[in-house]
Amino acid sequence: MDGLTQQLTSVLQQVTGYIYPNEVELQWSILIVVYPYITGLVAGAFILASLERVFKVKEVEPTYRLALLTALAFLLIAPLPLQLHLGHPERAYEILITPNVHSAMAMFGFVYAWYLTVVLLLEIWFDYRKDLVLWARKEKGLRKWIHLALTLGSTDISEKAVEFDRKAVRFITLLGIPSAFLLHGYVGFLFGSIKANPWWSSVLIPVVFLFSAIVSGIGMVLILYLLTGIVRRSVEMTCLDKLASFLFYALIVDFSLEVLDFIHRLYEAEESIKILGQMIASRLFISLVILQALLGTVIPLILLALISPAFGSRALMRFPEELRRITYLACAVLIQVGIFSTRWNVVIGGQLFSKSLRGLTVYKLELLGSEGLFTSIILLIVPFLLLYVFIKILPPWKESAATLVPETAAGE
Amino acid sequence: MSAEVNFHDVFPSREHNGAGPPDADVSPDRREFLKQCLMASPLLLGIVCVTEGEASEENGNGYKAQDHFYGMGIDVKKCIGCGRCADACKTENNVPREPFYFRTWVERYVITIDRETVVSSPNGGINGFQSAGSEKGIMRTFFVPKLCNHCANPPCVQVCPVGATFVSPDGVVLVDKDYCIGCRYCIQACPYGARFLNPLTKTAEKCTFCYHRVTKGKVPACVEVCPTGARIFGDVKARSSPLARFQRFNEVQVLKPHLNTEPKVYYANLDGEVR
Repeated sequence: MDGLTQQLTSVLQQVTGYIYPNEVELQWSILIVVYPYITGLVAGAFILASLERVFKVKEVEPTYRLALLTALAFLLIAPLPLQLHLGHPERAYEILITPNVHSAMAMFGFVYAWYLTVVLLLEIWFDYRKDLVLWARKEKGLRKWIHLALTLGSTDISEKAVEFDRKAVRFITLLGIPSAFLLHGYVGFLFGSIKANPWWSSVLIPVVFLFSAIVSGIGMVLILYLLTGIVRRSVEMTCLDKLASFLFYALIVDFSLEVLDFIHRLYEAEESIKILGQMIASRLFISLVILQALLGTVIPLILLALISPAFGSRALMRFPEELRRITYLACAVLIQVGIFSTRWNVVIGGQLFSKSLRGLTVYKLELLGSEGLFTSIILLIVPFLLLYVFIKILPPWKESAATLVPETAAGE
Repeated sequence: MSAEVNFHDVFPSREHNGAGPPDADVSPDRREFLKQCLMASPLLLGIVCVTEGEASEENGNGYKAQDHFYGMGIDVKKCIGCGRCADACKTENNVPREPFYFRTWVERYVITIDRETVVSSPNGGINGFQSAGSEKGIMRTFFVPKLCNHCANPPCVQVCPVGATFVSPDGVVLVDKDYCIGCRYCIQACPYGARFLNPLTKTAEKCTFCYHRVTKGKVPACVEVCPTGARIFGDVKARSSPLARFQRFNEVQVLKPHLNTEPKVYYANLDGEVR
C-alpha cells in the first residue's frame, strides 16, 4: 500500500484544476486497454474469415484458417487482463453463478462462452475434421495421436459426412457474424452505457468499436499472412491486394464514424466540451492526434487508397510487388498502433478528466506489477505463441490440406 | 473504530450466501432484499412514519427496514468547512487515512468577480481550508459537503456484475464487501465520485449513512458531529422527520438531476456552479 500511496501522492501533484478526491486513483489500468484491443482482433479476424465462407470472396481464401486460428489464440487470452485486474480474482466465478441481469458486464461470461465454444471451436473443428482424420491416418507418433484425439472420435469422412461438415461450417459462420458483432459491440456498450462519463456515453461507441475491430482484425491477419508467407516463400499477391482493399474499406467506415462522433460532440458542445477539449489538447495529444488519427488512420488511408486496388481492378499508383508488400505491412502495423491508441484513448482518456468537469488527472503507467506495462506486453505476446502452437498442430495452409486430400481420399 | 452491528441481528430471518458480513458490517441476501422491496408497499411507508426516537425503541431485532426510507438534507449556507464530518466519517468507518479515499468530503467554491470558479478540497477538507486570499477579488464563496447520494435510481447498482452493491429496503445503497469482486465498474458508473476501491479490502466502498448506527436509531457520524447542523438525516417519506421539516422549509435541489439518478441527498441553497 505504501507504493500505491506514493504513486497517488505524485499523481495528486500533477492534477490540474479540481478533481473529486476519490478520483486521484485511476480505476482502469492499461490491462483494460489490452482487453478491448484483443477482443477487437478476435472479432475482426473472424469477420474476415466469414467473408470467404459466406460472401465467397475467393481471393482471401488462403487466410481463412489462419484468421480462425488467430481469433482463437486471442480469444483464449481475452479474459486474462480482466482477471488480473480484479480486486478479488478468486470471486470471478460469481459473474457466471449469480449474475446481475441488469449489468452489462455480467453478460461477459455468457457472450464469451457462446463465442468460444459455439462459434469458434465448433467452426474450427468442423472445418478441420476431415483433414484431422486424413493427417492421423498418414502420420506416426505423437502428431498422429494429437490429430486423432482432436477428431473426438468422429472419423467418418464419407462424402455425406464431409458435406455435412461443410454445411455446418456455413451455418456456424452465418451465426458467427452476428456473434462477432455481439462480442465487440458488447465491449463498446460497456463503455457507451456509462451515462456518468461524457467521454464514453455515446450510442456510437459500440459501432465505432465494431468497425475499429474489423480494421484491427484484418490488419493483424494481413501482417500474419505476409510474415508467415515470407517464411514459407509463398505469398499470393491477389490475396494481399484483396486484404488491403478490405482494410481500406473498413478503415474508411471506421474513420467516418470517428469523425462523425467528433463533429457531433463539437457541434452539440455540451457542458463537458471544455474539459474534453483541454484533455485532447494536453493529455491525449500524442495518443489521439498523432498516433490514432495521423499515424494510425490518415497515413494508412492515403497509402492504401493509392496502392491497393480498392477502387477497381487497378490501383491508382502501380507499385512493384515487393514495394507493395512492404507498404501493406507498414500500413497494417501503423493501423495496429492506431487501434491500440484508440483503445487507450477511450479507456484511459475516459478517466483523465474529473466527473466534476473541472480538472484533469494523469495516468502513471507502472512498468512492473500485475497491472504494469510488462504484464501487458506478455499478454500481447502470449497469443502469438499460442498461434504458433495452433499452426503447428493445425497447419492452416492450403497445401497442407489440399495435397493430402485427393491422394488419401483416392486411396479410400 | 466503528460500533459494529451484525446484519443478522437486524434481519434475523435472512441468510447470506455463506459469506460473512459486508460493508458497514451488514450482510443481506440480495434476492431476499429484492423480494422485500417489492413487498414494501409505498402506502405502508407513507402511513408508518417512524421518527428516530421511535426507531430506537424498535432497536435490536425489532428494527424493520421496510418502515424507513432514508435520505439526507444539506444546508449549504450552514456549512463552515470545518471538515469535522469528513474526519468523523473516517474514524467511524475505518476509512484509510490517506487523502485519496473518502466516503464524504467538503468542497470549497470560490467564485471571483471575473466569474472564475475555483474549487478545492484538500484532504477532503479534514484539515480545513487555507484562506482564499483577499476578499476584494471574491464575488461569493461557500462550502459544499459531498457524499454518496443514495440514489433511488442508482447507476452503480445497475452495473455491478454480481449484485454485490444493492439498495436496502430502507433506501440505503450498500456494498457487500464479501461479495464484491473488485471490478470497479460501479466506481466508473457513479457520477458523483462517491466511490473508491479500499486498498486493504480491494473492494468498492462508499458512504452507508452509517448503517450500523441508523439501524440502532442513531444518526450518521457526520450528522452527529456537524457543529452547525448543516446535515440533516431522516426518513424521506415520513411527515414528521427532521428531513421532512428541512424539505418543507427550504427549496431543495439535487446534484446532476439531468442524469435521472434520483438522489436522496437534498441540498438547500445550492449554487448553480456545484457539480
